[in-house]
Amino acid sequence: MSVANTNIQSIGTLAQPGFGSRLAKDLRRNKYLYLMAIPVIAYYIIFHYKPMYGAVIAFKEFSPIKGILGSPWVGLKHFYDFFNDYYFDRIVTNTIVISFSSLIFGFPAPIILALLMNELKNRIFTRTVQTITYMPHFISLVVICGLIRSFTADDGIITYVFGLFGGEKVSMLNKSELFVPIYVISGIWQGVGWGSIIYLSALQSIDVQLYEAATIDGAGYLRRAWHITLPGIMPTIVIMLILRMGHLMSVGYEKIILLYNPAIYETSDVISSYVYRKGLLEFNWSYSSAVGLFNSVINFLMLTAANKISKKVNETSLW
Amino acid sequence: MIIQESVSRKVFNVLNILFMLFMSAITLYPMLYVIFASFSQPADFLMHEGLLLRPLGFTAATYRMVFKNPMILRGYMNTIFIVVAGVAINIFFTSIGAYFLSRKNVMLKRIIMFFIVFSMYFSGGLIPFYFTVKELGLDNSLWALIIPGAIGTSNMIIMRTAFMGIPDSLSESAEIDGAGHFSILFRVVIPLSLPTMAVMVLYYGVGHWNAWFNALIFLRKREMFPLQLILREILITNSTLDMSIGIDAGDQELVGDLIKYAVIVVATVPILCLYPFLQKYFVKGVMIGALKG
Repeated sequence: MSVANTNIQSIGTLAQPGFGSRLAKDLRRNKYLYLMAIPVIAYYIIFHYKPMYGAVIAFKEFSPIKGILGSPWVGLKHFYDFFNDYYFDRIVTNTIVISFSSLIFGFPAPIILALLMNELKNRIFTRTVQTITYMPHFISLVVICGLIRSFTADDGIITYVFGLFGGEKVSMLNKSELFVPIYVISGIWQGVGWGSIIYLSALQSIDVQLYEAATIDGAGYLRRAWHITLPGIMPTIVIMLILRMGHLMSVGYEKIILLYNPAIYETSDVISSYVYRKGLLEFNWSYSSAVGLFNSVINFLMLTAANKISKKVNETSLW
Repeated sequence: MIIQESVSRKVFNVLNILFMLFMSAITLYPMLYVIFASFSQPADFLMHEGLLLRPLGFTAATYRMVFKNPMILRGYMNTIFIVVAGVAINIFFTSIGAYFLSRKNVMLKRIIMFFIVFSMYFSGGLIPFYFTVKELGLDNSLWALIIPGAIGTSNMIIMRTAFMGIPDSLSESAEIDGAGHFSILFRVVIPLSLPTMAVMVLYYGVGHWNAWFNALIFLRKREMFPLQLILREILITNSTLDMSIGIDAGDQELVGDLIKYAVIVVATVPILCLYPFLQKYFVKGVMIGALKG
């Protein structure tokens, strides 16, 4: 015992030279491995970290001719301008409303679908339903939005179906109060099947013996669902929820700019679409970067916070 | 006990199956509608109101118009180039990154991993990204749609997980035989992770096929546009005009709607035809992604 101990200690002291020499040794030993990683590291520096540095134009008056370094500093001017922007309330509110609605309706939907699918007995039927409901995930956003536009136009089939129940036959995407429902419902339509995969796999990994034991102990269907199924998929739900929380203040621009039009900016213009318009269409580079940076920082803080909370409450976390 | 439950269970099962049928119907019907409409006679379609249960009349004329359009064909060719070149570059870069991150006893691996993962959660934003690509001189070329997305971080992490599952002894024995890292990667590691590689090819491939935004901001010349950007012009900004050249002005509006549907079919069918065969791989990808933790 004591011999073994001293042995371990001596190995420990032998393997403890200074950091510098250990690093030198590591670099020598793995030099081809590091060489191999250079293109990857270069990629991240150029396309991820360079733009992070580029975000300093939010504190400058950037002009492409002068470049980032040559453009004069203006401090927090663009941030003040943004907070006093006539549209500040509108885009922040819309971002939160769209994001919260997607969360409240869109987050439980795949969980419910997975729970119900898990109760199906016939394998072929289950597979068919899965195949069909996963499909919209692969349709491009341009096509999805094209469909939404033409189905909700004044002569579209969705407008027609609502017409049967007394809705008026006007283009739904020109009515500002309908934008959020259209955005959220189409999002669920496209994503619910695909989103259910992860929960379904969590459900299928629950030990069947637990159910059998509970049934023998007299637990009914609802009790089993409450005490076995739910705890079984809870870690998955929490992880997915953390990921969603981190994006609470971000609504992607792609779907927004494919769906909105100036007549309904009032409910459809969000931070990211505003960044796109201000920056790439109106050439207010610095101002637009400031708005984007503000959004990035908030998102990052939210994700960190959500992760912290979940670590405490659930012992599940992203990192 | 079991008998007691069976009545309510049966009711539940029936309702559940009905619900699934309903889900399948509302998922499939929009696609069927598009197909029916695209084969319909324009005049009949314009007169018609409401749901379609079959094509109204039958004509492939709309498709002939679509295929005669040079922009659609150009877009198709551009997209195929982007998918093929893009996926090749994606797989190369992602696999060397994943290989590096899957090795043991590499001191700087942790810190590099941290910087890579951090980039998933924080970004410089759209405008700095735009200028980065512009300054590299990539704008106005199809490479702007390929190189900036060379590595998808979550895909690389999925691949790394797969690589870590391969027993060390295999690459060690290859090393003893004098194999370098590239040959270990391409001769040992990748051949042993083919299902994961298939998932990666599919994820990246579908991503390139469906992408449009970078093309919108980086490309100026129309002859470079990928299919999705042409689709956007037709579906979103409503310009079907140049496709109906040679048709009476009165008929143009008639045909316009149907052209949209035919174009959707033409652009979506390749993916949806492949999809049922590849489904098991897609699903596998989600699982590996979820395991990463």
